[in-house]
Amino acid sequence: MEEVEMAAKKRDEERVASAPAYFDNIHTKRKLLSLINFILLAAGSLLILSPIWWMISTSLKSMAEVMTYPPTFYPHEWNWGNYIKTWKAAPFDTYAINTITITMLVVIGSVLVNSFIAYGFAKVPFKGRGILFAIVLSTMMIPGFVTLIPQYVLFSKLQWINTYYPLVVPAFFGSAFFIFLLRQFYMTIPNELIEAAKIEGASHFRIWWTIGLPLTKPALATVAIFSFNGAWNDFLGPLLYLNDENLYTLQLGLQVFKGEMNTQWNYLMAGSLLVLLPVIILFFFFQKYFIQGINLQSGGK
Amino acid sequence: MSKIVLKNVYKHFDKKVTAVSDFNLTVEDGEFIVLVGPSGCGKSTVLRMIAGLEEISSGEFYIDGKLMNDVPPKSRDIAMVFQNYALYPHMTVFDNMAFGLKIRKFQKDKIKKRVEEAAELLGLEDLLHRKPKALSGGQRQRVALGRSIVRDAKLFLMDEPLSNLDAKLRFQMRAEIAKLHQRLKTTSIYVTHDQTEAMTMASRIIIMKDGVIQQIGTPKDVYDNPENTFVGGFIGSPSMNFFDGRIVNSQFIADDVHINIPEEKMAYLREQGYAGKELTMGIRPEHIHLLTGEEEAELTNSILSKIIVSELTGADTLLYSMLGTQEMIAEVESRTNVTAGEDVYLTFNMDCAHFFDKETGVRIRPEKSAVLVG
Repeated sequence: MEEVEMAAKKRDEERVASAPAYFDNIHTKRKLLSLINFILLAAGSLLILSPIWWMISTSLKSMAEVMTYPPTFYPHEWNWGNYIKTWKAAPFDTYAINTITITMLVVIGSVLVNSFIAYGFAKVPFKGRGILFAIVLSTMMIPGFVTLIPQYVLFSKLQWINTYYPLVVPAFFGSAFFIFLLRQFYMTIPNELIEAAKIEGASHFRIWWTIGLPLTKPALATVAIFSFNGAWNDFLGPLLYLNDENLYTLQLGLQVFKGEMNTQWNYLMAGSLLVLLPVIILFFFFQKYFIQGINLQSGGK
Repeated sequence: MSKIVLKNVYKHFDKKVTAVSDFNLTVEDGEFIVLVGPSGCGKSTVLRMIAGLEEISSGEFYIDGKLMNDVPPKSRDIAMVFQNYALYPHMTVFDNMAFGLKIRKFQKDKIKKRVEEAAELLGLEDLLHRKPKALSGGQRQRVALGRSIVRDAKLFLMDEPLSNLDAKLRFQMRAEIAKLHQRLKTTSIYVTHDQTEAMTMASRIIIMKDGVIQQIGTPKDVYDNPENTFVGGFIGSPSMNFFDGRIVNSQFIADDVHINIPEEKMAYLREQGYAGKELTMGIRPEHIHLLTGEEEAELTNSILSKIIVSELTGADTLLYSMLGTQEMIAEVESRTNVTAGEDVYLTFNMDCAHFFDKETGVRIRPEKSAVLVG
């Protein structure tokens, strides 16, 4: 018995002694691999980020330097004042307030309305639900530009031209993609939860409000971000429907730097960067939900 | 206080599949009804129709004399416990239990009082501020029960509430639900596929198969007098032995085994024309006894059989053997040290045996008691 125990002990000791070398080997291999990974990813990132750098660099150059040939990679003179001049070149304060107003309304509309519609498609059985949902989805296939002119005619007949209605009201009628995205999310909520609430005496509206909304928060965040992005960056909508300069959005405001003869590239880039800033900040905070939205699109959870 | 009546209730899905057919039931106030049957027998569908989660295809459903067919679930004044508890994950235990009361616009202090009372009853006082995620299975089940009892609903529905718990907890919760019912006396309908749950909790059991009621009766009734071979086989564990055979001269003959039938049973078998006919005999494992000496064996109605497997379950031993070519299980005292391969004498307590029509599977019974049982 003792001999056997001794042998086992010895074997264990040997195993422990040989462990570090064994692990070392794997460690160096892993390190090397991750280094290669890092280099490849860094190179890719630099490539993708280069236009942004070009924007930043241009925004800080003087107009004369922008025009030099060959172009300079980074500004000789860092004109931080460009940013202040840009902001003062037009009533950007007003534009910012306008943009924020429109964007907020669009986000609120998108989040509530799409969620409500999606709840209906996912959790309320009714006749023709499948067909109706297919029709809603099929609108995703229609390119926006096809409906542009009919929509313009519609809104002009409603005398909504030169108001925010054409930019905000459509958000309160749902969008196929958001409905689809939220419906997929609702499908993962067990029916029993809805049924339990029904038996407890809640109406569908109440169930949606007290159970649906809180439980779909991640998907709602995705919708909020996507619609924020869309509304904030929208150029065509405001361009079509807004004539009065007091109603202009930031994206339209940037046009002041684009003359008929020449464009003030440095100011345009500075302005673009300022306008882009909120979106970038938003992305940093809500990356997770951006990615989730893209995952939902591809059908995964 | 509530009495419920289901009359000729049918459920069709997509006009093709019939999930429930001709379901008739009257539940008196305070009863604890257990619907039991194998999966897919339509028991949950019945419950969901009562809850209003599923439409009734045809037939009538009344609570206290009021037709409920088209009344939405929220106006039926029922409470339901689901298999997966269906607790709202984003709400605390307190809010989960208070949800129904809040919707019914109870005053705040009244809600608090009711929830606390229910929590005390179920031993949840210390968990009221937790979220469901932070609870064990048994605790979640208690919260689900609590959520149903705070509303003091007329009718209490439970859909396999214990099937997600482990064996020990299930045993414990079973007793707790029974206790709760004794205390609250709310009319309850409970769905399960577990015949032990049905036997231990029910005041009346309803056994279903393929959407059709097989038998309604007290646990003792369905155990002692199964209506047909399905009920006989479904209720009781290990299940009833069935032997196909023939009746010749007051003897049941299966293969080459002859068993004497008591005269009182023979009387009504003969009366109904089963003498000389093929039929099925059913006998529960505990009604097959082990004999010790050969002398005793000669005196009684016994057969010699070779034991194939001997299983000790604790209090009892299960002996597997063959009656001719048909399998047979006997439940005997655990202290009898019978081992596999041994030849022993087994005797049937024929007073407890049942005879079933071979074609229909329906139990053949004395004509008078038919009226009593039915």
